[in-house]
Amino acid sequence: MNLLRRKFIKTASFVGAAVAVGSSVLVPQRAIGAYMKAGFEAKDVDGAIQGSLGSTQHSASDAVMLKAPDIAENGAVVPITVSADMGGISAISIIAVANPQPLTSTYQLSSAAEPYVSTRVKMSKTSDVIAVVKADGKLYSATKEVKVTIGGCGG
Amino acid sequence: MKKVLSILGLALCIALPQAAMATPAQDLKEFRDYFAERFPNTPFDDYINGVYSIDPASREQWEQIEEFAPYELNVSNGQAMFEKAFANGKHYADCFENGGIGIRQNYPYFDTQRGEVVTLELAINECREANGEKPLKWKRGPIADISAYMAYTSRGNVFDIKIPDDPRALAAYERGKKHFYQKRGQLNMSCADCHKFYSGNLIRADKLSPALGHVTHFPVYRSKWGGLGTLHRRYDGCNKQVRAKPFPAQGEEYRDLEYFHTYMSNGLAVNGPGARK
Amino acid sequence: MATIKIRAKESGGVTTVKTLMSHPMETGLRKDSKTGKMIPAHYITEVTAEHKGNVVMTANWAGGISKNPYLSFKFKGAAPGDQIKISWVDNKGESDSASAEIK
Repeated sequence: MNLLRRKFIKTASFVGAAVAVGSSVLVPQRAIGAYMKAGFEAKDVDGAIQGSLGSTQHSASDAVMLKAPDIAENGAVVPITVSADMGGISAISIIAVANPQPLTSTYQLSSAAEPYVSTRVKMSKTSDVIAVVKADGKLYSATKEVKVTIGGCGG
Repeated sequence: MKKVLSILGLALCIALPQAAMATPAQDLKEFRDYFAERFPNTPFDDYINGVYSIDPASREQWEQIEEFAPYELNVSNGQAMFEKAFANGKHYADCFENGGIGIRQNYPYFDTQRGEVVTLELAINECREANGEKPLKWKRGPIADISAYMAYTSRGNVFDIKIPDDPRALAAYERGKKHFYQKRGQLNMSCADCHKFYSGNLIRADKLSPALGHVTHFPVYRSKWGGLGTLHRRYDGCNKQVRAKPFPAQGEEYRDLEYFHTYMSNGLAVNGPGARK
Repeated sequence: MATIKIRAKESGGVTTVKTLMSHPMETGLRKDSKTGKMIPAHYITEVTAEHKGNVVMTANWAGGISKNPYLSFKFKGAAPGDQIKISWVDNKGESDSASAEIK
């Protein structure tokens, strides 16, 4: 979709400006602009994971906890919480498999940040939600199916 | 539907002859008894949480949303608007009892001087017009934000709508009650069909909320709307859903309906604005 | 209208931050039912959380995040009384930021 081609270079420079100098808390600087764009534009799960976390190889792990409803009350607002029982997590991605663009979001965590993120995503229809975390360069994931239904009350 | 119709038919056979003679107080008791029997595990005070009082699965999601509900943005916006002076220097606070704070539970009321039901939104716009400002649109936008702020300052206050000893007040109540139980639209359904007799059952994948406690959580931020709307906006939507032509927002029909609808929630606390699907 | 609300609380060395932002988060894939035209994409692309000048966390978002978005994250190394700053930038180049005291 051409509509998603936006000024990511501007975004990257904003991040550059916001970052402090000489602190060990910093995330390594990458070409966040370019690859993130590819990740968001990907129409497939592999592309979403590759684009956001740099690889497509991920292994399911019990140490990654994904909290999502069994049946979403409304597909426009689905609460998702990801947490992990492991150290060294530098990034988390949340993917809604059946969305036109499966990558909903990616979170870059500094070493001060806990492996935890909670947000609300849009889901266009019933599908798996995959939470992928990056720890010490490796990817681990948890998957859960979330049903999205057609409501009756004008929903 | 057949089950609903037969239950409804039976209920009407029992209810109608009494309805002609029942007082509002008797109606209220029947209404509360009906829901107490239908949902024996739901404490009375929990009805303010609508469908979440009867559905644990969606309740969990709602509680997650309530951790930081989207309507909080509307309440802040509403507060800013409420506190801003009109061009003539006066404020909303000048139009309302107690400066407009903590008074949501007093609406709607029957104004015996005017001979009609006055709702909060009506009072807000009348305040504006009395001070040389243009009235706001009824169903969404600034009026919903102001109403949300006023509801928010009133949370926990218990509704105690009165029907003054005036035949016109009783007539307005009776018109509202009739509206609630009257079938309408291509789908030929009444408010009561879904929200009383069929409450707790599924309509496609939605659980029908009980009418008891309905009005306490308005205005409402609906995920579906992606925004805040007033009670009359929902009445409008519900009428359209049964393929009936909606009545004008803040017209006599909806104000009378709101009067009956709110009276039926007497004893329950204000908990607006609410977050719903 | 303020577009960012923040609540931050420290407990046992971990600060939990919850933030709510006012933003349409339009995907660019929706049609306006009245005009028949596509509603242009308008969404927050990045949210940055800073504590004492250090970036604690960065969120990369797109249209898949709900309207009036919510975000919660946790971090160590802050004390009650410190400030947490949340900033966002969207695909149109608009931005906003706000700070709140950690309780």
